[in-house]
Amino acid sequence: MLELRDVHACYGHIHALKGVTIHVQEGEIVTLIGSNGAGKSTTLRCISGLLAPRSGEILWRGQPIHGLKPFEVAALGIGHSPEGRRIFPRLSVEENLEIGAYLERDAAVIARRKTDVFSLFPRLAERRKQDGGTLSGGEQQMLAIGRALMQNPSLLLLDEPTLGLAPVLVENLFETLQTLHRAGKTILLVEQNAWHALHIAQRAYVLQTGSITHQGIAKEIADDPEVKQAYLGGD
Amino acid sequence: MTPGWIIAVIAAAGLASGGALMAWPRSTWPLLGVLGVLFACLSVRGHKSSRFAIALALLLFFIPAAGTENTFLFELVTQMGIFAAMALGLNIVVGMAGLLDLGYAAFFAIGAYTWAIFGSGQAAEFMSGSFPLAGWPYFYLFSALAIITAALTGTLIGLPALRLRGDYLAIVTLGLGQVVRVLANNLDQPVNITNGPQGITPIERPPIGWLLGFMRFIGLGDNPALGYAIFFYLLVLAVIGIVVLVNVRLDRSRFGRAWVAIREDEIAARASGISLTRTKLQAFATGAAFSGVMGAIFSAKQLFVSPESFTLLQSITILAMVILGGMGSIRGALVGAMAVTLLNIEVLKSFSDFLVDLRQSGYVLDLGIVSFNFANLSDQVEPAKYERMIFGIILILMMIFRPSGLIPESRHRLEAGSEKKDGMTG
Repeated sequence: MLELRDVHACYGHIHALKGVTIHVQEGEIVTLIGSNGAGKSTTLRCISGLLAPRSGEILWRGQPIHGLKPFEVAALGIGHSPEGRRIFPRLSVEENLEIGAYLERDAAVIARRKTDVFSLFPRLAERRKQDGGTLSGGEQQMLAIGRALMQNPSLLLLDEPTLGLAPVLVENLFETLQTLHRAGKTILLVEQNAWHALHIAQRAYVLQTGSITHQGIAKEIADDPEVKQAYLGGD
Repeated sequence: MTPGWIIAVIAAAGLASGGALMAWPRSTWPLLGVLGVLFACLSVRGHKSSRFAIALALLLFFIPAAGTENTFLFELVTQMGIFAAMALGLNIVVGMAGLLDLGYAAFFAIGAYTWAIFGSGQAAEFMSGSFPLAGWPYFYLFSALAIITAALTGTLIGLPALRLRGDYLAIVTLGLGQVVRVLANNLDQPVNITNGPQGITPIERPPIGWLLGFMRFIGLGDNPALGYAIFFYLLVLAVIGIVVLVNVRLDRSRFGRAWVAIREDEIAARASGISLTRTKLQAFATGAAFSGVMGAIFSAKQLFVSPESFTLLQSITILAMVILGGMGSIRGALVGAMAVTLLNIEVLKSFSDFLVDLRQSGYVLDLGIVSFNFANLSDQVEPAKYERMIFGIILILMMIFRPSGLIPESRHRLEAGSEKKDGMTG
């Protein structure tokens, strides 16, 4: 479904990605773990077109998409929930969601998707008229994911959805991701919360200073002594 | 929602001040009363149809009735309307899309020159054909054309500005705005297109035989000066009606949402599939279009345009209206335009006249401890010249005490009304 081949990316002189090769199959949850500054978010930014890769190829269903503008990538069915939630704080929950469905013109379809998001996150339904900025951290994260879902993407790129959330909310969020997965969504999940991410993902990649160091079945990665030592706090 | 009795009070105040204005059309106080009621109609929430009816009664009955005695009233409200349309246009660019534009008067100039050149003998300087284009369809045709030329110029000015934000964008638009004025100033050579600093005059006005006929019919005579005052008053009101309607529709459409989204967070907006290029250009073009049509009307009303009408101060005045009214708020832009225009052409001038009267009469203000003879007041003291200083003070006070404007954008009302919660709790 999605394939990155030897992708390099730079911010000025900083070489953030040094030849990343990953792929995501339809219906999978794939997780990308690694420490701060490893290049996880950069990888997602390259996929969604927010950052143009220096070299390498990004293929979507066999077609190259590197070099496309973000709105063109979004139109292909790739939804990106960027790092740090980035909800619109001064717009209501409902307006936030409507902006997520910007590419859809049919009001009936937008209304249906909104209903779907509200049934997935009933808390958002309760707060639909409230400004995004007044929501709690967990609710804001729901809103950020909900906004990405409003695009009805085939592939959902999630960048650290559990950042700064209380443990119980982290549990809930991962349950929601599994619900989405069962409903047929493909998810590429970037996480620092490696233990949880490896628990729900089928496959995993470990990114370290811009290169993939480990890859494979999520359970096996979780059992890998090196990974355990570095990301799961040893054992 | 406002309680019903407040609406009743506003209606009564409207009736009283409207009646007073008819009785004393030259007095300032009833006029301020009428404008106050219009402010109230714009700022109160709920009871849409009653508020609309009160405003309509004032605008279509009381003000015109008093205006036949004192055409200055038409002039004042027409000016307010012209500025209101521009404030609404700039509100899209600055208020909704968050793109600080300091060259906005350029689009007004483009619209004004579009009609001025062809509605006068000027076009004959560089093309063949018989000019001016008098007769009824031309003015309206060129007003529509002014919308298009202004929107195109807006797109052109928007293009280099696309990669910029905030202060940098403000500097670029400021420069481009000056370019338009300097072009108007210098395009009298080698081919005389704009007639340079002398400006263009006389500019044709559309024929108003039908209106004069109607005025004769209701016993107002057929004085063309009064006729044109009424004509431009009604025309501007009609255009403002359309502009407000378009603004309200845009505000609720996906265009409006996209504008607000890029203002709030560009990265999140892009991730949601919004094209920055297209959205910013749409904002520039739409904002410019409103200014362009009013430019054409302005040139016909004034019979004269020159580069001097489109200075940086003009752009800043319109920006002051938007900020005063409340960025992003449609009703705010209307209120801001009314307030600033009133301050400019009525209040400051009356105050100047008042001081001149005091000086000439040699009035002595005696407070016991201090006394001041107004005859000693310097000739330099003339409030009408302090426009910029007063704007500055108003803007500073607004930023300190009411940063979201007189009528904040409705999106912010919830936030202002409800207590803020801590956004980072789990």
